[in-house]
Amino acid sequence: MNAGDAIPELRTTPDRFLTVRYAGASGDFNPIHIDEDFAKQVGLPGRILHGLWTMAQVARAQTEAAGGPQSLQRLAVQFRGMGVPEAEVEVSGEVREVRDGVALIDTRAVQNGKAIIRNAEAEVRLPTIQE
Amino acid sequence: MNTEAVGKTYPSTTYAVGREKIKEYAFAVGETNPLHLDVGAARAAGYRDVVAPPMFAVVYSAPSVTPALFDPEVGINFAMMVHGGQEFVWGPLVVAGDGITTTASVKSIEERAGNGFFVFASESVNQDGETVCRATWTNIVRGVA
Repeated sequence: MNAGDAIPELRTTPDRFLTVRYAGASGDFNPIHIDEDFAKQVGLPGRILHGLWTMAQVARAQTEAAGGPQSLQRLAVQFRGMGVPEAEVEVSGEVREVRDGVALIDTRAVQNGKAIIRNAEAEVRLPTIQE
Repeated sequence: MNTEAVGKTYPSTTYAVGREKIKEYAFAVGETNPLHLDVGAARAAGYRDVVAPPMFAVVYSAPSVTPALFDPEVGINFAMMVHGGQEFVWGPLVVAGDGITTTASVKSIEERAGNGFFVFASESVNQDGETVCRATWTNIVRGVA
């Protein structure tokens, strides 16, 4: 992994019931994520994805690129707009620089042509080559 | 805006990390690395038990961070709140069997362009005293002014 390299894209489509499974797994049962009627009552198009689920996809793109969970040192994101179930989420990223074995990666998550996570920065420790 | 809660620290909570909870979380976020799912694979790689994905920090931090978000002294209007940003800085990996103690605090409350920025910090430490995660949670409340 060198400056200017792209990380492999991660593409995933959250199914209709993903937000229910993520609510149970994370403990975030905010009804805007699991109750279609409630979400519409508060002015949303329908149930929306948990931002932290989308952030977990950004994290997974980094750990899959760098060889495992031990590589991820830091991840900072901004959430924008909202993600929805049943539409593909695509995570991409490029290495900005590598310093002392740690790659700084500019990364984002896009759905329906819009960044739902933007200005994200990841720091991943690169595997050391064993002789 | 009332900023008196800035600096307030909430009671620490300790979360017992379970093997099946890690698996449930890993499936929900699409993790397929056997380190998260297979205790044999985790042990073969030198870990005591299955490894929590880094973003599992959400799970072990929540019991401390959630009461801060709902604190009436902070005064967030949830109907108008959006999760604006999030940062995690990780230390040693968390594995099943760990006890993770998290302490949350109010870092800042500011108004910018009519919106309220409520920033919380949390620090999570394992049973050996190692910091496994420091987090910054930014929530934006629209139309505070």
